[in-house]
Amino acid sequence: MSLPLTLALRNLLHDRLRFIATLVGIVFSVVLVLIQMGLFLGFGHMVTTMIDHASADLWVVPKGAKCFEDPSMLDIKLRDRIAASNGVAAVIPLVIGFSDWRLESGEMTPVFIVGADLHDGGLQPWNVIEGNAQALAEGGTVAVDRSYFERLGVTGMGSTAEIRGRRVKVSAITDGIRSFTTTPYVFVDLKNARTYTGTPADRASNLLLRLTTGADREQVLKTVRAQAGDNAEVLTADEFRSRSRSFWLFGTGAGAALFAGALLGVIVGTVIVAQTLYSSTKDHLTEFATLRAMGSAHRYIYNVIIYQALLNALIGFSIASAIGAIVVEMTAKSALPIVITPWLIAGLCALTVVMCVASAIGAIFRVVRIDPATVFMR
Amino acid sequence: MKDSVLEAKAVKKNLGSGAGEVQALRGVDLSLRPGELTLLMGPSGSGKTTLLLILGCMLAPSSGEVTVCGSSTGNADKEELAKIRRDHIGFVFQSYHLFPTLTAAQNVQLALDIRGERGPDAMEKSCEALKMVGLDQKTSALPLELSGGEQQRVAIARAIVANPSAILADEPTAALDGSNGHTIMSILASIAHERDSAVLVVTHDPRVLPFADRIVQIEDGRLIDERSGGPKHLRKPRSAAFGG
Repeated sequence: MSLPLTLALRNLLHDRLRFIATLVGIVFSVVLVLIQMGLFLGFGHMVTTMIDHASADLWVVPKGAKCFEDPSMLDIKLRDRIAASNGVAAVIPLVIGFSDWRLESGEMTPVFIVGADLHDGGLQPWNVIEGNAQALAEGGTVAVDRSYFERLGVTGMGSTAEIRGRRVKVSAITDGIRSFTTTPYVFVDLKNARTYTGTPADRASNLLLRLTTGADREQVLKTVRAQAGDNAEVLTADEFRSRSRSFWLFGTGAGAALFAGALLGVIVGTVIVAQTLYSSTKDHLTEFATLRAMGSAHRYIYNVIIYQALLNALIGFSIASAIGAIVVEMTAKSALPIVITPWLIAGLCALTVVMCVASAIGAIFRVVRIDPATVFMR
Repeated sequence: MKDSVLEAKAVKKNLGSGAGEVQALRGVDLSLRPGELTLLMGPSGSGKTTLLLILGCMLAPSSGEVTVCGSSTGNADKEELAKIRRDHIGFVFQSYHLFPTLTAAQNVQLALDIRGERGPDAMEKSCEALKMVGLDQKTSALPLELSGGEQQRVAIARAIVANPSAILADEPTAALDGSNGHTIMSILASIAHERDSAVLVVTHDPRVLPFADRIVQIEDGRLIDERSGGPKHLRKPRSAAFGG
């Protein structure tokens, strides 16, 4: 280990209380940023979960639809026009919307109905742990997620309730299909979805398009866009995902709030590290002045301070990452899980290093002003 | 006569400003030659430390010239002055100024490290320097585990490890008892004579007189007396110094 690094490490360990205070500051800051950004990613993932699990190459959505949950409707006649286009293998109507679920006890709770034609398989429940999705073809059957059992008054397969006054029976149970709006998703057959949401037979929420094998996607997109008319838009899945995320994360201000929280974490961390590093440097001024008197270049002394900052960053980030991993584990089954990706970890690591090194600037400015002659006065 | 390692020519230094301005040095000429231990003596406020700082390239004179190994330091900026110190001068401080978190060997090694000398060679040189001051058994000790005399010896090892042309020592025995003071002065004298270094010891401790090759008296910012040291001028032999 180089001497400046050794000196930096021992200086840190020598001032244990200050070192702990610094680490607490860094850990607090990094965990806060990690949670905020993890929530941001988790939220971004949650708002597109239906789009992610739909079996569609292209989406036809009502003009100006901001997200999957948009209540606007399409004219179903569009389906036939588009189905006749070259390269289109299937056009699957999807009906979604809010409805009321009446528990056996008589209580009411809102639910979000998702209905697609089961034969076409455009958007079916996934992660089915009991029963099967095809059972939804039978009239009056639904699939619900087990995380909403209590909310829906469901105890398992065969439990019954009412949607819009019609009796329904649970015939499939899923795991992990959580809604970020906290309103439970209820999967049903297309026909039942119309009934439960009050959607007329000549309307659909979206049309899911599947292309034929080998079709030129760009060409089909161009053709279908031309046929869609003024009341509909044709989007790729990526475009629809991006639009949904933009709406929920930035249109609602949720994303800005999360970013503001993350920024706060960075500011708090930087201030704490800068303060403790500055005070540590001040305590070691005689040592730095001695180095200067011995003829050390300023750069050598900066290295010691930067190493201290980097060690703070490394140790603080490691602890914060461990805490982050526990938080991720704890929220994995919640309505809004925190998602940590390798990129987020890499970014946070870089941010921690930048934060700590930037914090060293104050200390470096102090060292620049050191007068080596002071060692002869002490 | 050998060429001077450090030389001050007509050096004046004013400290403070306005009504509080003080003339700390009033035209000092002093040269330090290799192989010679020079004592700079004088009462408090006489200008000893100011002259040491100017010779050590830490303070610029108000007028006059300082040369280090023949080169004038007049136009050097702070980094260049640091390089001159790094390349030519070793310092011994009254308060040792060792790094408390580093071992004795690491403290010595630091003087090489700032010069870019690293690795096993640097470690070996550090151990040799510690051996020269009689601390080869304490290379791994932290400063707090050493006595005052031992700490000062580590500081001397640090000052000499890079083989500088000049050693400037500021009151090196002030904080030490007689026995340790004697040891420190013996080491500094042997550095001057055996390593052919120019050693300047600033002191007001008369016990160090037996070790001097030359004694310079300073008072009110002027050198008022300069005489040779050495056995023929001594009242007591070195062995009797520090009450030995």
